[in-house]
Amino acid sequence: MTKLNDRFSTVMLTTALVIVALMYLFPIIWLLLSSLKPGSELFSYPLNILPENPTIDGYVYSWATMAFIKYFANTLIVAIVTTVLTVLASATCGFALAKYNYKWLHVFFICMLATTMLPTEVIMTPTFSVILELGLYDSLAGLIIPSINTATGIFMFRQYFITVPNDLIESARIDGANEGRIFFNLMLPIAKPVVITLAIFSFQWRWNDYIWPLIVLSDPNKYTVQIALRSIVGADNIDWVLLLSSSIISLVPMILVFIVFQRYIMDTSATSGLKG
Amino acid sequence: MKKWPFLFIFANLVLFILFYAWPALLGVYYSFTEYNGNIATFVGLDNYINLFQDPSFYKALFRTFLYTLLGVPFIYVTSLFISVLLVSKYTKGKNVAKMIFFFPWLVSPIVVGILWRWMFGESFGFINSMIQVLGGNPIPWSSDGNFAFLVVLFATAWAGTAFNMLIFIGALISIPKSLYEAADVDGGTAWQKFWHITLPSIRSTSFLVILLAVFNLMKEFPMVQALTNGGPGSDTTFIVQYIYETGFDQLKIGYASAASMVLFVVLLVIALLQFRFAKGGKIDD
Repeated sequence: MTKLNDRFSTVMLTTALVIVALMYLFPIIWLLLSSLKPGSELFSYPLNILPENPTIDGYVYSWATMAFIKYFANTLIVAIVTTVLTVLASATCGFALAKYNYKWLHVFFICMLATTMLPTEVIMTPTFSVILELGLYDSLAGLIIPSINTATGIFMFRQYFITVPNDLIESARIDGANEGRIFFNLMLPIAKPVVITLAIFSFQWRWNDYIWPLIVLSDPNKYTVQIALRSIVGADNIDWVLLLSSSIISLVPMILVFIVFQRYIMDTSATSGLKG
Repeated sequence: MKKWPFLFIFANLVLFILFYAWPALLGVYYSFTEYNGNIATFVGLDNYINLFQDPSFYKALFRTFLYTLLGVPFIYVTSLFISVLLVSKYTKGKNVAKMIFFFPWLVSPIVVGILWRWMFGESFGFINSMIQVLGGNPIPWSSDGNFAFLVVLFATAWAGTAFNMLIFIGALISIPKSLYEAADVDGGTAWQKFWHITLPSIRSTSFLVILLAVFNLMKEFPMVQALTNGGPGSDTTFIVQYIYETGFDQLKIGYASAASMVLFVVLLVIALLQFRFAKGGKIDD
């Protein structure tokens, strides 16, 4: 009886999982299949799921129309430089908040938590004035510098360093190491899992970011990938042939990152540092 | 000794002052002025008075609340349902399914908007094509406000599942097996076990997921801009897009700043309410 029940549950729940998974998969498959259709097939109702005459003309067209190499280069510079600086700043800051006990540090921690409640989206207009004032307008530095500060990153490192025993730091101090050496030679290597997780997150945030480039950039030569896509989708008459293949092209770098770092991303124990 | 911790937080402190404290104070100041980018003239509470008489502001605010009110439970239920399936001993193909559910995390909000716009196009979308093949009438997904709102909700749940799923799976696998075994001995049904063991055990995780989702939905902007551009009319224009359009397109910077301050107060109240609800904000790990 229980055997039969188990088999029934397996069939039912697996079917449910397959159906839901297909629903999640379909939009992206549909985008991919559509991008391989020639323009004449895109709008001929009723639509065929598979392209009748598959072609990569759409991609050739996108690559020729959009300066993707430039957009990729801009976005990569911003994503990589910001990620390195974010990890470094968040690690030092998280370490200080976890291992030193001063009143002003507690106040600063509360300020950092408050930034999650007052995200840039909320104060876009005054932020724009500040960007202008600091001479960061229309420069990649204007994307990089403000994005280094992240409460999530600081929080992840703080939570991690709290679990590191104080004895470890004490014995290094007795050996005569100064705080800077303790941090760089001892603490940062221990925190490698958090470094990797935050690096992946930061890269994704910056690659997919829209708000900052929207506020800061105006010169098309400095466009990031997302702003370039927005310039297509924001047009009065959307050029879907261009948009579909461009969207797929814009996904490639994140997919590569995912393939390489999949192990770290899907490892829920590392991500759970984000909660708590 | 004091010098090191200060050095350690120095970069973040400077950035906090430059890109949070300064704009926030400037925003407060702007909200009391009429400012179009050239000269700011002090107008007292005029912006706030006008704002509270402005139907388009109320509409954007109300639509944002409605979006959050409907979207958060939607995200919560779908993410939890999928996570429960992914940790169940009765499902096969978990690894592949997990990859599929995680995939939307890689997709930028702009592309999410494009994806769903393409799926639900009125005269070119897959969904309406299927409806017509099956003999139905095409649905006005983008020209009817309510249907457009529904598409926005679908897209939100699709994009929001991945991250919440990781958080939920982490919580679900840490529930002690012995609890379920004890329930089995007592002959508890699957539903009873879910209701009396699973849900209470992941209470703190649920709180976190809901908190994050509320904040994310309250400030939704890029995805909707690519999906509906706020339309039809202003039926899917949410508050951040409203602020952006008033501030950057119409150059009513003082007015937009006043709207920002209202949004800030709203977010603050929500945060305080939620922490109170969670008994002093204690989230146990």
